Amino acid sequence: MSGNEVVTDVVIIGAGPVGLFAVFELGLVDLKCHVIDILDRPGGQCAELYPEKPIYDIPAFPEISGQGLTDNLMKQIAPFGAEFHFSQMVTQLEKLDDGSFRVTTDADEKFVAKVVVIAAGGGSFQPKRPPVPGIEEYEGKSVFYAVRKMEEFRNQDIVIVGGGDSALDWTLNLEPLSRSLTLVHRRDEFRGHADSVNKMRALVADGKINFVQGQLSHLEGEGGQLSHVHLKTPAGDMSVPATRLLPFFGLTMKLGPVSDWGLELYEGNLIKVDTEKFETSVPGIFAIGDINWYPGKLKLILSGFHEGALMAQAAKRIAHPGEKVIFQYTTSSTKLQKKLGVA
Amino acid sequence: MHIIVTDQNGTVHELEALEGWRVMEVIRDWGLNIKAECGGSCACATCHVFVDPEWEERLNPPTAEEEDMLDTVPDVRTNSRLSCQILMSEDLNGLKVTLADSAAQEEAA
Repeated sequence: MSGNEVVTDVVIIGAGPVGLFAVFELGLVDLKCHVIDILDRPGGQCAELYPEKPIYDIPAFPEISGQGLTDNLMKQIAPFGAEFHFSQMVTQLEKLDDGSFRVTTDADEKFVAKVVVIAAGGGSFQPKRPPVPGIEEYEGKSVFYAVRKMEEFRNQDIVIVGGGDSALDWTLNLEPLSRSLTLVHRRDEFRGHADSVNKMRALVADGKINFVQGQLSHLEGEGGQLSHVHLKTPAGDMSVPATRLLPFFGLTMKLGPVSDWGLELYEGNLIKVDTEKFETSVPGIFAIGDINWYPGKLKLILSGFHEGALMAQAAKRIAHPGEKVIFQYTTSSTKLQKKLGVA
Repeated sequence: MHIIVTDQNGTVHELEALEGWRVMEVIRDWGLNIKAECGGSCACATCHVFVDPEWEERLNPPTAEEEDMLDTVPDVRTNSRLSCQILMSEDLNGLKVTLADSAAQEEAA
């Protein structure tokens, strides 16, 4: 798709619950959506932070998990055929002369839409960076927060830090092609799958990898190329040869490029909207869910759903000017039921 | 009832606290620099604090779930806790904690 522009009614930035339900409300008024998210799957915070945690304040669901809510929303919006673009971050949002918007992602996909809906929650999920002095100069050269190409790890001295599934899975996957591999974790307990923990322990027992209980203290190398990592351990400081370092401390949300798009912000990290249409200071760009602010705002999923419903009415007027917007109920309107595929 | 919180700049704040509130909620309510992105469900570790040594032993020990989340804190120490997992009660009147760098919100643009 690179190089081509996707032309659509609406681009939704963020595939969390509020972005997903916006697809439904926009679909009811015949607007076609493309949804972009930095994660590799839908659900946003619900999928990344608490997929298994119960949520108790979704109307009509006394209890539902983050994953359950996401799955239900995906089912609910399926009739509208929204297209999803995962694992990419929107970097640019520009207004074009005809009033529409061009949206560009870090994967160089481009979209032209009449309406943009920012449903980005707390921002983009980014890897947590260890507080190690000077780590920035090694990033992308010998320090990585994800494995994109396994070949870059062949015959390398690899150090992996962390105690979850990412750390364990990559320990198991990279061990066969590494020159040496050291797993570093602050305690001798792992929160990953028991099976992965057992396999990792077997590799340690066979002398194929090392496990060090400890923490990163500093890095040694030159020009972005790592040679050793220094560790603090209960037994004292030590250094380990390392030409590749993979820290896996999970993800955290960063506002990211949203602050560069010329929108009026509140306290530097929330987008100001009105409470009639949830439109930002730039007409045609809306913000719904946790990322917006208005007097009385509550960061609740249900508030985001309401915001999406009102936004959709305003989006319709922008995308299809002159067309009459008739307010209808899904219980009684055959037209709406046809769109939902039930009539 | 109050708690004493040292922020990331080293400034000490004495904050009024209410029974039953999470320490994270007290800190957030008074507007100190705490991200607490998951809202208190022990799912993100961005309410990370260091507990003053004299108070460490007086808190309920962390649950397995809290220990798991502490694994995702890059600047963890032996006195690290998630402040959303500490509930205020009279016993904790005067509790002293220091906000970790990893609990800071990003700089406002």
